[in-house]
Amino acid sequence: MRDLTNEIVEFIRRTSTDLPQDVEERLKAAVEKEAPGSAARGAMETVLKNVELSRKNSTPICQDTGTPIFYVHYPEGWSTRKLREMIRNALVEATQKSYMRPNAVDAIYDKNSGNNLGGEEFPSIHFEEVDADAPLTIELMLKGGGCENVGAQYSLPNNGLGAGRDLAGVRKVVLDAVQKAQGQGCAPGILGVAIGGDRGSSYAKSKEVLFGKIGERNNDPEVAALEERLTDEANTMGIGPMGFGGQTTVIDTKIVGMHRLPASYFVSVSYMCWAYRRRKMTVQGDEVVYD
Amino acid sequence: MREIQLPVNDETIRELRVGEPVLLSGLMVTGRDAAHKWMMETFIKKTKEPKGDDLQVYEALKKLLNGAVIYHCGPVVSGLDSKDYKFVAAGPTTSIREEPYQAAVMKHFNLKGVIGKGGMGAKTLQGCQETPGVYFHAIGGAASFIAQSVKKVLGVYKLEFGVPEALWVIEVKDFPVVVTMDSHGQSQHTVVESASHRVLEELLAQPY
Repeated sequence: MRDLTNEIVEFIRRTSTDLPQDVEERLKAAVEKEAPGSAARGAMETVLKNVELSRKNSTPICQDTGTPIFYVHYPEGWSTRKLREMIRNALVEATQKSYMRPNAVDAIYDKNSGNNLGGEEFPSIHFEEVDADAPLTIELMLKGGGCENVGAQYSLPNNGLGAGRDLAGVRKVVLDAVQKAQGQGCAPGILGVAIGGDRGSSYAKSKEVLFGKIGERNNDPEVAALEERLTDEANTMGIGPMGFGGQTTVIDTKIVGMHRLPASYFVSVSYMCWAYRRRKMTVQGDEVVYD
Repeated sequence: MREIQLPVNDETIRELRVGEPVLLSGLMVTGRDAAHKWMMETFIKKTKEPKGDDLQVYEALKKLLNGAVIYHCGPVVSGLDSKDYKFVAAGPTTSIREEPYQAAVMKHFNLKGVIGKGGMGAKTLQGCQETPGVYFHAIGGAASFIAQSVKKVLGVYKLEFGVPEALWVIEVKDFPVVVTMDSHGQSQHTVVESASHRVLEELLAQPY
């Protein structure tokens, strides 16, 4: 099993400094929708300049380099213990190189570890085994605290919103979450919505679904229609970029269904900021490919 | 576009109205969650005894913050080992978390403004009227872009809070912001919040 630490450092650099193409395209389209001279348009223009500059200079798109969330699909026979060590070492190095901000703060003692490592849970690494001849893939998402803080979880039915245990109810609570978030999650945002699960698995799934490409729809036509409807309806609220007031508040919505207990019906909304940093690296034999 | 040199006087602050874009130049200090809590507890409410270099830092801050602005920012900083500090990425953090402290901190240090993102609440808006001061909204996530306006890191206090939470004294040139809360009681955030709430009510009333 080869040492991939350097390759993972490069992978982290790309994730933190080089916004994915599909996201940038949506942001470019969003600029044109805002009135010339408006604060919203100014915000979007600055956002795009920043994306370009970060890529050119290899500097973080956002200073909040977030919680590093890794999903690793490893071929049968690979050591997850060693992979974990490589990822952690790479993260320390990426932090020294200023691709990442030291972001792990001990919640009881209020102490920043200084190197982005904190206990077993920071960074967050999920492992899944695949066939021995399949490639190793590592996906990484950097999700900042501003947008994480405006995420929301609802237990349905919700009487205040008149939301029952069905897709109509899901629609209502998601719209409520968008309205409550205002611009604080760095709008325009992307919504990851999980329906079902328990509180923990539901929130986790609402982030996992954000690894998909922008515009990718749920296989179920009714759910897919709700995804599009939510994006459109969210944009009628006029919150706009940064909450300045404007046309684009949400650029995409992704919904995933899970199994739930008969007693529970959770809807979890993960709000991802416009700086939607997620990338994938694939290792097969000697070849390393970054998406 | 209006350009403001920091520190700034009350007259200039009173001229500013919601919606106006501004370029800021001069001296500012970063401070966020740990800094605000520490200032409040140690020097304003005095529920905690000053310890270590607290009093020295306080004296320095009183001079630095008088007529200046505080920037809600947790930067990525290079040169930590050599102390040849440079801001690599430095966008704003969400300001509302400082709502319990901000108005008191503004008044105590005679702050003329706060830079952040997402806006703040009624207490801070009141503080803006009384001090007077304004809330400058920077572009969230535009960290590499904003770092270019930071020309020099003049010093750092309370590095033990961690790099993102320390108080960094910086010199900026043409730092782009928009006034979203002014010293006349106006807040763009209140306007957008209530308008979006009306739309939400309509959407909730629609059949599926």
